[in-house]
Amino acid sequence: MDLFEYQARDLFEKHGVPVLKALVAETPEQAEAAAEQLGGGTVVVKSQVKIGGRGKAGGVKLAKNPQEAKARAEEILGLDIKGHITRKVMIAQGADIAEEYYFSVLLDRSNRTYLAMASKEGGMEIEQLAEERPEALAKVPVSALTGIDEAKAAEIAEAAGFDAETAAKVAPVLQSLWTVFAEEDATLVEVNPLVKTGDGEIIALDGKVSLDENAEFRQPGHAELHDIDATDPLELKAKELDLNYVKLDGEVGIIGNGAGLVMSTLDVVAYAGEGHGGVKPANFLDIGGGASAEVMANGLSVILSDSQVKSVFVNVFGGITACDAVANGIVKALEILGDEATKPLVVRLDGNNVEEGRRILQDAAHPLVTLTETMDGGADKAAELAAAN
Amino acid sequence: MSIFLNKDSRVIVQGITGGEGSKHTARMLAAGTAIVGGVNARKVGTTVTHKDKDGNDVELPVFGTVVEAMETTGADVSVAFVPPAFAKDAAKEAIDAEIGLLVVITEGIPVQDSAEFWAYAQQKGGKTRIIGPNCPGIITPEEALAGITPANITGKGPIGLVSKSGTLTYQMMYELRDIGFSTAIGIGGDPVIGTTHIDALEAFEADPETQAIVMIGEIGGDAEERAAEFIKQNVTKPVVGYVAGFTAPEGKTMGHAGAIVSGSSGTAQAKKEALEAAGVKVGKTPSETARLLRELLG
Repeated sequence: MDLFEYQARDLFEKHGVPVLKALVAETPEQAEAAAEQLGGGTVVVKSQVKIGGRGKAGGVKLAKNPQEAKARAEEILGLDIKGHITRKVMIAQGADIAEEYYFSVLLDRSNRTYLAMASKEGGMEIEQLAEERPEALAKVPVSALTGIDEAKAAEIAEAAGFDAETAAKVAPVLQSLWTVFAEEDATLVEVNPLVKTGDGEIIALDGKVSLDENAEFRQPGHAELHDIDATDPLELKAKELDLNYVKLDGEVGIIGNGAGLVMSTLDVVAYAGEGHGGVKPANFLDIGGGASAEVMANGLSVILSDSQVKSVFVNVFGGITACDAVANGIVKALEILGDEATKPLVVRLDGNNVEEGRRILQDAAHPLVTLTETMDGGADKAAELAAAN
Repeated sequence: MSIFLNKDSRVIVQGITGGEGSKHTARMLAAGTAIVGGVNARKVGTTVTHKDKDGNDVELPVFGTVVEAMETTGADVSVAFVPPAFAKDAAKEAIDAEIGLLVVITEGIPVQDSAEFWAYAQQKGGKTRIIGPNCPGIITPEEALAGITPANITGKGPIGLVSKSGTLTYQMMYELRDIGFSTAIGIGGDPVIGTTHIDALEAFEADPETQAIVMIGEIGGDAEERAAEFIKQNVTKPVVGYVAGFTAPEGKTMGHAGAIVSGSSGTAQAKKEALEAAGVKVGKTPSETARLLRELLG
């Protein structure tokens, strides 16, 4: 889960990373009041969207006083930055920036460890820096056992080429940023820019944080960081039902078991759709190993409330769960849904107890259900039905 | 022959008394696996009883620690079915005991915990091979099962299979059930995993029973690209590939915690191209992948 800048700032503050005072506003009036609260002097009004390039898009503006802050917020709220609509602005104190640096620590999947990156040349997009001046970007592996302790922080600061005086000031901030990473179960903590002010203070001016959703069981505060406004309503409904669902833009609803098989099903439906007017998969939905009637009914209910959906493809491989249980689940789910079930359902079952599973569906003879023998055949049939409806 | 697991493997289950642990202990025993005991510190001294493949009752002792279980039973493999919050400690305990193979089935482990126990295993000299987490485990058909893969899909044969996904492993075993498998290993869909595609490819290349290899990948990370490079340099046996997630949108996690396209990296297309550049034939669908393998086997 990627956080907004203001959420990252709050986490930084919580763990002792030096940040500027800032407040969040959702209306121009709130922006004006926030600027007032921050002392009435110069503030920066920053669009809160989870995408880079805000400055260039006109999403970051200076305001000399609260009236200007209100006017700037009026311009920025609602601004579309690369498809991200600005719903909030952050009103932050102005800073006297002398130098701009870069720092990040992230999960390095390939090497199964963490990687710290630091540069004396912050401010610009880090991808650009890495490409144009790779020698200016220090990369230091960080052990998952020891993290960024005093020695590691000093090593990173030295690798980035800071002079001794600056390094001594930067290093403790790096340790605090590591604390954010470790204590908040982050997979990315990035500060760009990390600035040195005219007074020689080090401040994290802009932050980007990604959190590990698997860790939410021990991070009770993280649930409220989810951006409900930007979440698709169907995804919200699915989440409430504890379903693993991702809304896509297409006409064939998909239900399957196991993340890999469901991803594969989406692909196979997309290929089949090429032969049927370009229909596409409407969603990802993994109902897991259990595939009980209730889970099946919940899944179908979410998919059928997607008005784009014209047909549904249920693709289940009976591994641990036997196909007869899955078939019973489908029959009961259709009973539970009653009139709510209006779209044709193509079902492909394979694996454990497949004959019994197919027999159950044949005996039920539900008018909406078509049985198919193979995954490819089922995908083709579902695409055909979606194109015809 | 096979890789990492065979009929002589002596297997314990961490979390043997829990719901999943109990269910799958029974399944592993029924598949012919030599399950020799389990671990649960709160149930020390008790036993659990399940049926073996001939239908006879087997009474399994529950130990307080992995070390005790190993000393008493000679176990060399542990399968962990413990909840995410306790998985890191369970893994570190198995690593401390220097068990040869640890299979972590648990889904939903915080990635910092996985990174920590992986680093811990390396610090301890890498004596424990880790498979997973968030994986179906490993099966050497007709010999042993350490995990949750259905044992009745197919039998022994010349194909080695390595996959990030559980159900795609089952699907592929089913597609090729008339030929059979030397070993099928599900390495897991998390961002940080123990055994990689490359580890499995290296072992299959060295395994005389394996004549051809199926490698299944999915979006996220660069494991498939690295495996492609490895195949180009080191694998002489025929390899066919399959990659899931061509239609996955950028920035969305598709079920598996590690299955995410970030910007332009981790796409299925890039993985497919890397594999093809290494001479691997890549199927568009699981069934086409099975067809390609049949052609290679002749």
